[in-house]
Amino acid sequence: MSTAITEAPAAVTLAGVSKVFGRGRAAVHALDEISLTTAPGEFTCIIGASGCGKSTLLSLVAGLDEPTAGQISVGGRVALMFQEPGLFPWLTAAGNVELALRARGADRAERKRRAAELLEVVNLREFAGKRPHELSGGMRQRVALARALAQDADVLLMDEPFGALDAMTRDLLHDELDRICSGRNLTVLFVTHNVREAVRLGDRVVLLSSRPGRVIADYPVPIQRPRRIDSAPVAELASTITDRLREEVSRHGK
Amino acid sequence: MASNTLAGLDALDLDVAPRGTRRLAERAWAGLWPKVLAVALVIVVWELIHLTGWKKYVLPGPGITLTNLWDQAGTGLLWHAIRDTLQRAVVGFAVAVLIGVLVGALVSRIRPLRAAVGSLITGLQTMPSIAWFPFAIILFGPNPSAILFVIVLGAAPSIANGLITGVDYTPPLLLKAGTLMGLRRVSLYRYLILPASLPAFVAGLKQGWAFAWRSLMAGELLVQMFNQPGLGTLLNTDQSQTDMASAIAVMIVILIIGIVVDSLFGRADRAIRTRWGLTQ
Repeated sequence: MSTAITEAPAAVTLAGVSKVFGRGRAAVHALDEISLTTAPGEFTCIIGASGCGKSTLLSLVAGLDEPTAGQISVGGRVALMFQEPGLFPWLTAAGNVELALRARGADRAERKRRAAELLEVVNLREFAGKRPHELSGGMRQRVALARALAQDADVLLMDEPFGALDAMTRDLLHDELDRICSGRNLTVLFVTHNVREAVRLGDRVVLLSSRPGRVIADYPVPIQRPRRIDSAPVAELASTITDRLREEVSRHGK
Repeated sequence: MASNTLAGLDALDLDVAPRGTRRLAERAWAGLWPKVLAVALVIVVWELIHLTGWKKYVLPGPGITLTNLWDQAGTGLLWHAIRDTLQRAVVGFAVAVLIGVLVGALVSRIRPLRAAVGSLITGLQTMPSIAWFPFAIILFGPNPSAILFVIVLGAAPSIANGLITGVDYTPPLLLKAGTLMGLRRVSLYRYLILPASLPAFVAGLKQGWAFAWRSLMAGELLVQMFNQPGLGTLLNTDQSQTDMASAIAVMIVILIIGIVVDSLFGRADRAIRTRWGLTQ
């Protein structure tokens, strides 16, 4: 894992990125001149109210869609995690991870070895032979995380990955994610609408406005790790950000 | 530690409902008795109709018919007919699968081709296969090739449509996940789209089989092949000799074969559903 240090910096740069859906009167400006640079290994949380184009932003970075204007550069490989685990139901947990390794060109022996390793990383080694429907929501999301890690990505994009989970599970997965990221030089773009989650996880929290999405604030998170979502410093910064977010949302009510 | 808490949560999250603890014999019986009862009921009703004397010169009772079936089972003729018929069914169905898969794969993949022949495939599927026989008999002559031709025309559209439906209904999220993983073209097809379309494909196979079996029976009734008589040929002979007991006996055989093959497809379908977690 320490070999990554000498490699070229893997980070995400967006320069004046805009995305417009549709044309003429029906056109929807999802993103408006977003400029954002993240450092290698940085954990950036992107928050905003509904309609701020968070998911659109990740699709653009992942290369699933083209921006209408602006430049996006990503240093390194990208993996994407969704709110739904998106696991292949006909494959076991190990099979799902192995397919990602196969797509990377790994041979059979390596696939087996790496899949076991990665499932160990997400604490699911003994569930390797289970199919997705036999696992709980949190476990499926961990398999999805192992599958994302299997892609050897430098940049991990996460689109509300814990949005559908209960608070207890989410809390534990925050700890897991902290642990996993601290051992790798992984740049993370984490989209959420949960302000506390953003402060709990991020090195930095970027606030987007709604319709069109613009960067309206950028908060560093100078809180020591390990963090807890219910600790006073997290709550304090979260309430500052929430106030700013409310201000932004109420602008649309006028 | 956190991982301990996580393991605890995992243990709590998992299904603790007891699995089927009943013994195999018990389960087999639970599945069997309703069927036995249904057959018994049919025989009783049949016997009652027979006792009323309705059409008594042409409609034999269950006793005579089942004895006839038993006697026929003792001769080689019925078994040869079953063998020849099944052989035709298997060959015809296999060709239909080949063509159906080929057409389905191409049509689901190539947009203009879909626009051109997509609705034609569905049209072919709705066309009663028996309507093809005059065409086939004139084209090939009254021989097994004509029957094979109609079986393939009857079954292939369903099989192609099953595959097309499966490909169309591949969840976009899975496609996204696969593409981001780096699966492209052939590998995307082989490792993602094909497995994802398996349930719909099996449903198409099952429907295709039903069409193939019907076409085959119609064909054997229409196309006389006395050197290689199939079950349909036997039926035709029974009709011309007004041998109702033999005719019903052959019909029972046809029915049983249909049910057995259908249950095989049902089994495959259930196995897939269980694997995918689609069963209640």
